Amino acid sequence: MVKGFFKTLFKRLSVNPFGTRNNFKLGLYGPPNGGKSTLANRICLDWLGEEMSTVSHIAHETREINVKEQVSIKNKKGKELTFSLVDTPGIATKIDYEDFLKKGLKKLEAKKRAKEATKGVIEAIKWLDSMDFVIVVLDGTKDPYSQVNITIIGNLQARNIPVLIAANKVDLKKANIDVVKAAFPQYEVLGISAKYGKNIEEFYELLFKLAK
Amino acid sequence: MVTFQFVPYAEIENLTSVKRVNKLLNIVKEDKIVIMEGRLSKEEEADLIEITMEEISPWFKGIELSVIYPEKHRLDSMQKLRGAFAHLLLGDRQGLTIIGPASIVKKIEKNPDKIELFTKEGSSRYRKKVRKKIRNS
Repeated sequence: MVKGFFKTLFKRLSVNPFGTRNNFKLGLYGPPNGGKSTLANRICLDWLGEEMSTVSHIAHETREINVKEQVSIKNKKGKELTFSLVDTPGIATKIDYEDFLKKGLKKLEAKKRAKEATKGVIEAIKWLDSMDFVIVVLDGTKDPYSQVNITIIGNLQARNIPVLIAANKVDLKKANIDVVKAAFPQYEVLGISAKYGKNIEEFYELLFKLAK
Repeated sequence: MVTFQFVPYAEIENLTSVKRVNKLLNIVKEDKIVIMEGRLSKEEEADLIEITMEEISPWFKGIELSVIYPEKHRLDSMQKLRGAFAHLLLGDRQGLTIIGPASIVKKIEKNPDKIELFTKEGSSRYRKKVRKKIRNS
C-alpha cells in the first residue's frame, strides 16, 4: 500500500513537476462488452469530432490498446482538462473460440480472434501501472459481483489510482444501478448510456473531480 | 464427476507469488476445482489472469474465479482489529477462493455472501473428445 502510494506520487511528480493537472492517462477498463469503446467514441466525438475505436456486439472487438492523445474537455466553469484516452481490451478469465463461432464467425477467424484476445487481456493488465486515473466501465444490466470487476478495482486501489465506475447501458430496462452501487459502496458510481449520451454531462463533471 | 481439491493456506504460505499462482493453475489444468483457504493478493489475482491468458489453448479455455471475503466496511472496529491481528500472526487466511477450469465450470455467482457454482453439462465427455482429437492430430 505504502509502496503503491509513493510509486504513484513519484510517477505524477515526474510527469507533472509543477503540479498542473494536464496530460494524464485516462484508462477505460472493464470486462468485455461493457461499452468501453462506445464510451471512448462518445468522448472523442463530443470533444474531437471523430471516433477512435470500432465497436461490435461480439465480445473482444478491442484486442489492442488504443490511445487517443490530447483529448481536451471543458467544464461549465471553463476549466480545461487534457488527457490521453486509453481504450483497453476487455479483461476476462476465459476465452473460448467456440463462443465466437456461435456468433457467426468462421473457425479460422474465431481462433485468430481468441488468440488476439488473450494477448489483449495481458496488455491491458500490463498497462494498469501507467494509468493516472481510470473509468471502470461495467454493463449495468449484468451481475456486478464478478471477480473480474473486483480484481480490476482492487488492483487500481492497490496502486492508488483514482477510480470512477460507469454503469453503462442504463437505456436498457434490465439495467440496475442500485445493485452496482451496493456492490461498490466505497466508489462513485454513475449510470450512463455511452451509446445515447445519457448522463454524459455529469460524467464529464466527474472526470474533473476525479483528476483533482 | 467433478473433483474438488482443498488447498490449505499453509501449503502456499511460503511460496513466492509466481509459484503460488502456478501451483493453483496446475491443479485447475488437471480439471479439478480448487477450494483455497484464504485469498490471493490483488496483484496475484491479476497475475493469475495474466498467466491463465498465456496458457490458453484448445484444451484449456481459462478459469472461473470467485472469492468470498468478509467485506471490511461491514465489520465493526473490534472485528477489524481482530482481523488485523490474525492477519499479522497467521497471514491472510480469511475468506475462501474458488478456481475452476472454464471447461467444467460454467459460471460462479456470488450474491454476495453465498456462492453458486454452475457446471457445464456433459463437460467431461467433451474434454475427453477434445483431448483424443488433439492426440490424433
